[in-house]
Amino acid sequence: MAPTAQALADLTEISTQVETAVVFDRDGTVLGATVDDERAGRLAEAALELIRAADEARPDGAEDLVQLDVALADGSVFVAADGDRLIAATTAPDPTVGLVFYDLKSCLRGLAEEPEAKPKPRRRTTTTKKKDDEKP
Amino acid sequence: MRSRSFLTGFVLAVGSAVAAIVFGRRAARRRERAELYLADGTLVSLVDGEPGADRLLEHARELLTTARN
Repeated sequence: MAPTAQALADLTEISTQVETAVVFDRDGTVLGATVDDERAGRLAEAALELIRAADEARPDGAEDLVQLDVALADGSVFVAADGDRLIAATTAPDPTVGLVFYDLKSCLRGLAEEPEAKPKPRRRTTTTKKKDDEKP
Repeated sequence: MRSRSFLTGFVLAVGSAVAAIVFGRRAARRRERAELYLADGTLVSLVDGEPGADRLLEHARELLTTARN
């Protein structure tokens, strides 16, 4: 399984609050999602629009936006960033905000970590001692 | 007399249920808000009706609808 797909599978397994999630970059390229490709593209696009609107709503001279959540009557939307990689997720109403952010950040961190190169299996070298009684 | 008190009770019960639904929906809408977390740890909270909040809520609604359809 691809690392992004695995990270998203882990996310939905750990966080029961997350309904859908999509990982994408700042150009809108989808890197992985829990929904089909067509819907994932639209979700990434909508998430980027949301980020643009949030950037415009920031007070003048304020620091960069790192994450956001929008609570609506029928659900919540979360977006978190880790460098150029972003994740957007939706949940049911009244989620545990801190927990959802923690899970999303963990997912992004997991993706950022380079997969460790598997060590080559070493050839087993066994030395067998000759028993005394096996001597001719 | 008995049917009159029953009718009064019925009207009161229906009225209470309708009022609960109306106030519940209004309270739910009032809870709609966007929270922006900035790099320095600052939290900017925008409640429905504040400048900038409407656009954010609209995009979030669009995202939620896309996710569920």
